[in-house]
Amino acid sequence: MESEWRIFLWTTLSVGLTLSVFSFLYKDNPFYRFTESLYVGIATGYMTIILWYTGLLPTLIDRIWIGQPWWQFWGGKWWYIFPGILGLMMWFRFSKKKAWLSRYPIAFYIGISMGAAIPLEMKNRVNEQLFNTFISPDFSAMAGGFWNGISEIIIIIGVLTGLFYFFFSVPHKGVFGTVAKVGIYTLMIGFGASFGYTVMGRISLFIQRVQTIRDWASTGIEGGGGMSAIVWIFVLFIVLLVLIEMIRHMRKKPTEAV
Amino acid sequence: MLKHIIMLVLMVGLMTAVGWAQEEGTATDSVVQQTLAAPPTNVQAFDTPNDNGHSITIEWDISADDGQGLNNVVKYLILRSATPDGQFAEIGAATPGATTFKNSGVKDDEDPNYFPRETDFYYTVSAVTADGGAESEVVGPVRGEGQFFDTRNGPVLVGCLLFTIFTIFFIRKAKSGAKLYIRPLAGIDAVDEAIGRATEMGKPILYILGLGSAADIATIASFTILGRVAKKVAEYQTSLIVPCYDPIVMTVAQETVKTGYYDAGRPDAYNEDDVFFLTNQQFAYVGGVNGIMVRQKPATNFYLGKFYAESLIMAETGSSAGAIQISGTDEVTQIPFFVVACDYTLIGEELYAASAYLGGDPTLLGTLKGQDWAKAGVIISIILGIIAAVTGQTWFTELFHVGN
Repeated sequence: MESEWRIFLWTTLSVGLTLSVFSFLYKDNPFYRFTESLYVGIATGYMTIILWYTGLLPTLIDRIWIGQPWWQFWGGKWWYIFPGILGLMMWFRFSKKKAWLSRYPIAFYIGISMGAAIPLEMKNRVNEQLFNTFISPDFSAMAGGFWNGISEIIIIIGVLTGLFYFFFSVPHKGVFGTVAKVGIYTLMIGFGASFGYTVMGRISLFIQRVQTIRDWASTGIEGGGGMSAIVWIFVLFIVLLVLIEMIRHMRKKPTEAV
Repeated sequence: MLKHIIMLVLMVGLMTAVGWAQEEGTATDSVVQQTLAAPPTNVQAFDTPNDNGHSITIEWDISADDGQGLNNVVKYLILRSATPDGQFAEIGAATPGATTFKNSGVKDDEDPNYFPRETDFYYTVSAVTADGGAESEVVGPVRGEGQFFDTRNGPVLVGCLLFTIFTIFFIRKAKSGAKLYIRPLAGIDAVDEAIGRATEMGKPILYILGLGSAADIATIASFTILGRVAKKVAEYQTSLIVPCYDPIVMTVAQETVKTGYYDAGRPDAYNEDDVFFLTNQQFAYVGGVNGIMVRQKPATNFYLGKFYAESLIMAETGSSAGAIQISGTDEVTQIPFFVVACDYTLIGEELYAASAYLGGDPTLLGTLKGQDWAKAGVIISIILGIIAAVTGQTWFTELFHVGN
């Protein structure tokens, strides 16, 4: 029974917070502000701890001191001390005179990341896509017939014109303008399809939240839950919002009179 | 009595005979069951090419009883030992018909999947039937060694080199004072107008760098635009709010904004707290940014960088708050949301162009030109590649193929 109550309380809190977030659709209000601060605070604290346990501890501290007292770091992988020092240099940001030292780890980070990213981008976004565009339109019945060939021709035209739209060295006038226009139309058709697809995903997320509320309402607490609980919480919510608005309105009045 | 003895002898004799027959049958059956398959032949073990050295590849010709002959092979077992006559341990299995197996692992010696490189190993492959395995001859020693260059990435190297040559050429040209034409982009022209609007209204400017890390190309392009915005903001004495998702992005953004204020000759107006870390949880960040939008009511919102599912939520809130909005991202799935909710959108590549266009720096302009001509090279390659594919000239298309 006790665990049932516990589940009920946590679920009620979850439903309450969900409704608080949805109340933003009406306007900014204290419920939303409370939930926002709670979420930002918890998320930041949680991520900090996650970073400590999945990042700093296993990849730095545990490697330097493998089950040894802290002063015996030479038994572990002592060379990890150097990236550790780079990390510590970030703390110089708090000193106005030595803040320049924090630029070194940033330079290392960006330099190394870019060095690793450029060949990957060239491979995944240029070479592989280029190779896969080298297609000979196939109208055979085995490949899908006439419409397969047409579809492949559309892909080729779309890729070439879309790419040309991003060519900045010539003004988009005359023939170039027409080609670029076909390119942007192709992109917009693609964006439209993507938009519809993603909105469907969002609607399913919304349905999921509504189902959580519905499940909470239908399970409730034995003998005391049911649909009445959800009705009550909605009513309470709306009454509180109206009260807040009235108080705000009353507070504003004297100012307006002045 | 004699009759009974004869009957007993006959029964015992019969039972014994049946027993023998059964034993004989069992013995015959066991001969059939214990039939082993022919072992795999031509086994070869060699260092896996184009890797970091933590892998060895084993190849063999299938058993004569795999899919033919007795057709009784159920799997192949790959066995490994540190010495040719030592204890061979099973390291993996392959299905019937398979002719290759990669014995690989990770380079971290604390990981249970560690595979040492530059260590000699001996291998044998066993064709397994229901009755046991028939092992091939032992091959080895073989050791894994890392390769400095992955030869499959040759086209990537050529692409990078060509791009570098284009970029260096155009940077030199831009630095020599040559006029480089870049077509105007509506979103870029609106940047100054949007800053001016915020100044006139006496409201702040909100600049969102997205959810990317400081190493993402979109975020780096956004830093350049932020520098330009910060300079204008300092000149017009407007306030700027930059909530950050990533602590390192925040650090770089602080440096960028500070430089912008210095360039405008107003270092005193720079406030480090205007560029701050919010949280690095996606939707908590959205909640925080939305709160800023409805409470501080910025006149202009910039969304430039890497964005994911949060793009529409933020852009829609900004739109309902009445701000002029300029967005730009290279994240294809998020561009549609910015297109519908923002006044101006820089689509993909335009974001990179904007950073060069606004910066006006010859290095950036030269880079943009280099990119442009690399794109022209890509367009020409596609046309030639399609002609080659239609005419069956696969050697040309293979020039661009990157192996996996």
